[in-house]
Amino acid sequence: MEEIQSLLHGFAVALSLKNVVLMFTGIVLGVIIGVLPGLGGANGVAILLPLTFSMAQTPGGATSAIILLSCIYWGALFGGAITSVLFNIPGEPWSVATTFDGYPLAQQGRAGEALTAAFTSSFVGALIAVIVITFLSPLVASFALEFGPPEFFAVYLLTFCAFIGMSKEPPFKTLAAMMAGFALAAVGTDPVTGALRLTFGSVYLLKGFDFLTAVIGLFGIGEILLSLEEGLSFRGGRAGLNPRVVWQTWKELRRYWATALRSAGLGCFMGVVPGGATPASFMAYGVARRMSPEGAKFGTGKLEGVVAPEVANNAAGTSALLPMITLGVPGSPTAAVLLGGLLIWGLQPGPLLFVEQKEFVWGLIASMYLGNIAGLIVVLTCVPLFAAILRIPFSVIAPIIMVICAIGAYTVANSIFDVWMMVVFGVLGYAFKKLQYPLAPMVLAIVLGDRAESAFRQAMLVSQGDLTVFFSNALVGTMTGLALALLAWPLVSLVFGRLRKR
Amino acid sequence: MKSAEAVVAALFILIGALVMTDSVRLGFRWADDGPQAGYFPFYVGLLICTAGLVNFVQALLIPPAKNGAFVEVGQLKLVLAVLVPTAVYAALIAWIGIYVASTLFIAYFMRRLGGYAWWKTAAVSVGNSVVFFVVFEIWFKIPLPKGPVEAFLRIH
Amino acid sequence: MKSAIRNAVAALLSAAALVPAAHAWEPAKTVEFIVPAGTGGGADQMARTIQAIVAKNNLMKQSLVVINKPGGAGAEGFLEVKGAKGDPHKIIITLSNLFTTPLATGVPFNWRDLTPVKMMALDQFVLWVNASTPYKTAKEFLAAAKAAGPGKFKMAGTGSKQEDQIITVAIEKQTGVKFTYIPFKGGGDVAVQLVGNHVDSTVNNPIEAVAHWRAGKLRPLCVFDSKRMPYKAKVTDTQSWADIPTCKEQGLDVEYLMLRGIFMPGGVSNDQVKYYLNVLRKVQESADWKDLMERGAFNTTSLEGKEYADWVAREEARHVQLMKSAGFIGSGQ
Repeated sequence: MEEIQSLLHGFAVALSLKNVVLMFTGIVLGVIIGVLPGLGGANGVAILLPLTFSMAQTPGGATSAIILLSCIYWGALFGGAITSVLFNIPGEPWSVATTFDGYPLAQQGRAGEALTAAFTSSFVGALIAVIVITFLSPLVASFALEFGPPEFFAVYLLTFCAFIGMSKEPPFKTLAAMMAGFALAAVGTDPVTGALRLTFGSVYLLKGFDFLTAVIGLFGIGEILLSLEEGLSFRGGRAGLNPRVVWQTWKELRRYWATALRSAGLGCFMGVVPGGATPASFMAYGVARRMSPEGAKFGTGKLEGVVAPEVANNAAGTSALLPMITLGVPGSPTAAVLLGGLLIWGLQPGPLLFVEQKEFVWGLIASMYLGNIAGLIVVLTCVPLFAAILRIPFSVIAPIIMVICAIGAYTVANSIFDVWMMVVFGVLGYAFKKLQYPLAPMVLAIVLGDRAESAFRQAMLVSQGDLTVFFSNALVGTMTGLALALLAWPLVSLVFGRLRKR
Repeated sequence: MKSAEAVVAALFILIGALVMTDSVRLGFRWADDGPQAGYFPFYVGLLICTAGLVNFVQALLIPPAKNGAFVEVGQLKLVLAVLVPTAVYAALIAWIGIYVASTLFIAYFMRRLGGYAWWKTAAVSVGNSVVFFVVFEIWFKIPLPKGPVEAFLRIH
Repeated sequence: MKSAIRNAVAALLSAAALVPAAHAWEPAKTVEFIVPAGTGGGADQMARTIQAIVAKNNLMKQSLVVINKPGGAGAEGFLEVKGAKGDPHKIIITLSNLFTTPLATGVPFNWRDLTPVKMMALDQFVLWVNASTPYKTAKEFLAAAKAAGPGKFKMAGTGSKQEDQIITVAIEKQTGVKFTYIPFKGGGDVAVQLVGNHVDSTVNNPIEAVAHWRAGKLRPLCVFDSKRMPYKAKVTDTQSWADIPTCKEQGLDVEYLMLRGIFMPGGVSNDQVKYYLNVLRKVQESADWKDLMERGAFNTTSLEGKEYADWVAREEARHVQLMKSAGFIGSGQ
């Protein structure tokens, strides 16, 4: 067990006083970054990158630097859930799916439970992913090499098919909302031909619509407007504060171990491929809703609906570091910045990093274990504190949230136009909610639209326009087949249901 | 309800038509090497139009008995009491910077909607902006929009 | 009285409130360093390295912050600097999209809207194939591509109608080979697609592919520069950067280098340009910079003033010609 030995050595490196202090600093900064929408993990890490430059030049300093930066990343992964649960505003793209059940829970006065579930699930997801990284990294890295354009398209298709279907809203409204999402995703530069699409000559539209701006407006501002109809207060604001909420929730969470394991598996798969943490969370939520006996009640405030996306997004976010270290392919925007960091410090990510920079790699892996434990401690002790935010009177906290949203929308792309768009999306979100247009398929379309389209067209370039490329080998064939089966499932079950009734 | 449904559906049709027009410009056919730049957006636009049309017809078919109000007058007042200042706030950011605009925005909320004493209002609204200034400008070194006040204080 | 209050408040809020001495120009506030590309890419890395070197060696009194403006293939960033005419508190780092974006998309900007400050370095491009293929030289590879028929060999690159695709087109013009060009989002992705055998070749920058070269997965065939790279330290067990032949030696007469240069908005004074020139010279003298140059196997040509402007003008003319012949000139809006 060479891995265990290396890992123990890694722990010795990561557990120096300096590194532990850096670890907690990183986690706290990361949670703050995760809470502020717009200021994502990628931004946070990029901002601190220059600071780590001189740090990395001392002996062993590169390890300390990566510990600081990766802990910011873990912190952001944890922190993204906080505003999702409390105010329906996802702090990070990958916590959108957490709002679906987390926010209803908070409205019922169970914010403490929802937060505990979210944090614990994040930890479990990350832990499983780190174990995978520790013992299976060479195997997993070679798996990622199997992924060309057709495989990527199949992954996105699978995510989509796992999530949609079984919508309660009128079908044509669902279709309209979803297609509007695809249209928004297409605005900006076409990734394949470089042409400008749907910008109509406007400078502001050049950069396209960022998913976060839309989400902050649709979910956050829209929700505040909607709740205003019932007076100047947040529903569930009278949440009782119970310091023992953590223990009580843990007891309940044990029931969802199967969901957690499944979501972790999906998350690791999506992280390694790399498909990204955001699609992973949507996919896990969709699958959990189909598999759970309480699936029909998802969206009304089920802890299981918080567990699934949170396990998956942290598993994906953590395992995304594996292709980064072994192949130099970033699995997420944050990983892309970390990758830049490695290069700046003079380390070459790639197959040889495990051989040449043993101390660095195992120090990093050990810090993944320790950093997540540190993160869990930090955020769990703060659960009552976070839940108490809901007790601040509406006329104080509502404008502050709006200000945070505005800053968030601005920092996504340093553009005041985005702040205006956020307000427009807010009004849309309000109207859509009232008229029963579903927001979730629209958001998913904005996230996946662009990537799915470019993967599809890359695949078509590879195959010279031959569609059978999506069934050209076992891997891609299985994924495409599974996706189509999932898509057809509601129809099939409908037909069978009718037949049985006769 | 009826008119709101119809307006939103019409909006979708309009957007769908816009998307389709631009896609035609880009080329919306399936070329030898796969779809052109406008291929997917064209059909997306077509589907938006179709779905919008169906929703529009359905909106017109809402029987008068079921045609409840989209929003009560009292509710609308509350919503507008927040929406209008928010829109003004977003517009102000471009002129006077995010920090001053936020201070005014929070102060307005607390004073008008919360009825707080002026000193509490001032403490929270100014304090909030100072905290954000420290976090973003000094700590994270992210420049947010600033205006004449910051220029006057030379902390730009 | 008024100014006394003003100064007191200012001093309270910021230590940077002191009025700078009058002799030479210096920034009076935070300088924004605009990157017309996303976080994590080559331009972003270089900008952040410069930022780190400036901070570490205290080269500027005011802070330098990096801001990414990647929209519209970088057009967003360039338009912002173009619009900030006369503002000495903005600088921008460029890549080839300085030339290609306005040509391909019709977005109205040109390098003449900006003030050239300094060329920091030139980025190299290398022709790579998978190490499991039999091609040992560019000649063999191109012969095989030609024999396979038009469009059968797949070339992966970063972005569309940008440097990688321009090089591909230049090779096609030279040799009559026809590739299928497949655009990906980042250089790292491109390299891995080649390692995974999903495509046949790439023209990755050295830093994007070096890890796979060292691991024995990729093979460099030739470098698109007029002379070999000067770095003689062994990168793999047997080879150094200097061992890679130029494409011209291999009978493929294509040269391409990518500008990593710094510009300011138009309408700034000579004193202001001089200030940044000084800072950037000091950056280049630092050991950290030299490290970066060697790691990324950069071409360290560095120009200033009129020579730099002339170089940019020549390069622009070449891009216009290359893009015209490739049919990449966009119709605009």
